[in-house]
Amino acid sequence: MKTNDVILQTTTKIVLFIILIFSVFIFFTGHYTPGGGFIGGLLTSGAIVLLLLAFDLKTVKKILPFNYMYMIAAGLLFSIGTGAGAMLFNVPFLTHAYTHIDIPILGELSLHTATIFDLGVFLVVVGVTMTIIQTIGGDE
Amino acid sequence: MINFLLLPILIPLITGVILIFFSKNIIAQRWISGISSLSTIAVSAILVQKIRQDGIQTLDVSSWDAPFGITLVSDMLSALLVLTTSIVACTTLIYSFRSIGQERERFYYYPCFNFLIVGVNGAFTTGDIFNLFVFFEVMLMASYALIVLGGTKIQLRESIKYLLVNIISSALFVITVAYLYSVVGTLNMAHISQRISEVDQPGIITVIAILFLVVFGLKGAVFPLSFWLPGSYNAPPIPVMALFGALLTKVGVYSIMRTYTLLFYHDTGYTSKILATLAILSIIFGLIGALAFADIKKIIIYNIIVAVGVILFGISVMTTDSLTGSVFYLIHDMLIKTTLFLLIGIIISITGTSKLQEISGLIKKYPGLAWTFFLSALSLAGIPPLSGFIGKLLIVKGGFEAGNYLGAAIVLISSLLILLSIMKIFINGFWGTPRSFEGEKKASVKTLMIAPIILIIISILLGVGAEAVYPYISQAAETLVKPEIYIDAVLKE
Repeated sequence: MKTNDVILQTTTKIVLFIILIFSVFIFFTGHYTPGGGFIGGLLTSGAIVLLLLAFDLKTVKKILPFNYMYMIAAGLLFSIGTGAGAMLFNVPFLTHAYTHIDIPILGELSLHTATIFDLGVFLVVVGVTMTIIQTIGGDE
Repeated sequence: MINFLLLPILIPLITGVILIFFSKNIIAQRWISGISSLSTIAVSAILVQKIRQDGIQTLDVSSWDAPFGITLVSDMLSALLVLTTSIVACTTLIYSFRSIGQERERFYYYPCFNFLIVGVNGAFTTGDIFNLFVFFEVMLMASYALIVLGGTKIQLRESIKYLLVNIISSALFVITVAYLYSVVGTLNMAHISQRISEVDQPGIITVIAILFLVVFGLKGAVFPLSFWLPGSYNAPPIPVMALFGALLTKVGVYSIMRTYTLLFYHDTGYTSKILATLAILSIIFGLIGALAFADIKKIIIYNIIVAVGVILFGISVMTTDSLTGSVFYLIHDMLIKTTLFLLIGIIISITGTSKLQEISGLIKKYPGLAWTFFLSALSLAGIPPLSGFIGKLLIVKGGFEAGNYLGAAIVLISSLLILLSIMKIFINGFWGTPRSFEGEKKASVKTLMIAPIILIIISILLGVGAEAVYPYISQAAETLVKPEIYIDAVLKE
């Protein structure tokens, strides 16, 4: 018997984006207010878990066709790369700096390299959480 | 380049991450990890040379000055241990290529291997007590994965015990660091040492010192806390076992060495008495195990506990001689335990069993294996031209000088019994009437022999060329005897 979960699925479709936006917000405000890569990553994976609850593993894999192991490795590379980048300028490992990036629409943004480190944390957290949940949840 | 001392940590870390992308391509995994481990050896050898010339190297990570940021400190002791670790890692890796099996290689064996080396090298290099904890966890997480990888019944059972013990000891480590932080208010080891000398080690600091001994004793298998080791180390495949036997317990021993010479050296009456007692009990307990079993894996595993006891006895005596001896013995023991584990791995792969009664007459067909084993057995026991001799000699000398006759005598007698336990393998296994064994593959033995032969050559050179090595070792011991050198190098006063 197939239960009808149209209410759950419809609510998920709306709530999902609110959670995702909130997680991105938390991620970017981490420097000045509570938040950061870790909690942001957990919120994002929370959103994906909600998707998993409302739909099934196969559908979610079709919607988000990521290899989460690669996501972990990429996150680690981001974080290590931020640290190792400092070595090119002959300053100690992980010395952070301001970098100026010109983005056409937003104009010149002054960004801190710690954000890239945090992005690495974010990716690792999402990757690890989703790998754990998919591995336990999947039975192939 | 100021970041040079970071390279032995960074190279395996990046390698491990990159290998995740190639997890199904075994050939690429072998090449990448092989090249990276060779370059780690090169880098750490250069680092040793650099420290010999310029003294202690420090790096204030992310440009924060010493007590406020994390400082990585590479003195001669750390650098020598990092070099030894790299050599052990490289040879074990060569051995793994032929023995670990494709199933394991495809499921992230090499990334875990590299992360383990990151943890060990990091723990040897860090100058921050909480960072030491983090590197311990990096090392232990990788070792959890390696011990259970493959998923045989014995591995699953023993990894539960191993995990349980290590999680409890890690929690205790955090609690101990919290106690220490609430007393001294800093985490940088040099700064902690300075603060402790300002308050002149009151009672609470001695309590914390004993707590650290419990924590690191659990990690490093000191007698009453070594109950988990014989079972857990029996479970994983041989290269993993070699890696564990050579590196994991030695990180615990190094941490005891570091904390007891750098932090808690003011009021040593009580702590060193306890350390000496535990060391002697470890020796006795390990010897009983090594003599009691007729299983070649178990004999070598119990010998780890004996070696830990010998090194700790050297630390507890706290004279220049005994500390030099401890450093020498530590390095020797890391090399020789790897050799022995790899050699018994070859024996097991020939005979298909680790029971001594079922093996005999191997010397007829495998003379190379037999004589390599014989040499490493003599080296383990400490016969003069080989590497085990000088370390033990200095430890015993230090023991007699400090008036601890009983301990020094036990260290001496232990050599004899170690020799007995290891010669039991040689006499029963290699002599006698030759038998035929199932699964004999002569070709694979030849390639497997490469790694132990490299190690035994290094070990012989370490013994024969002790004259050339000694300045390095004594420079390492000098920092242990005079912690001011370390403190000044870190805090730059």
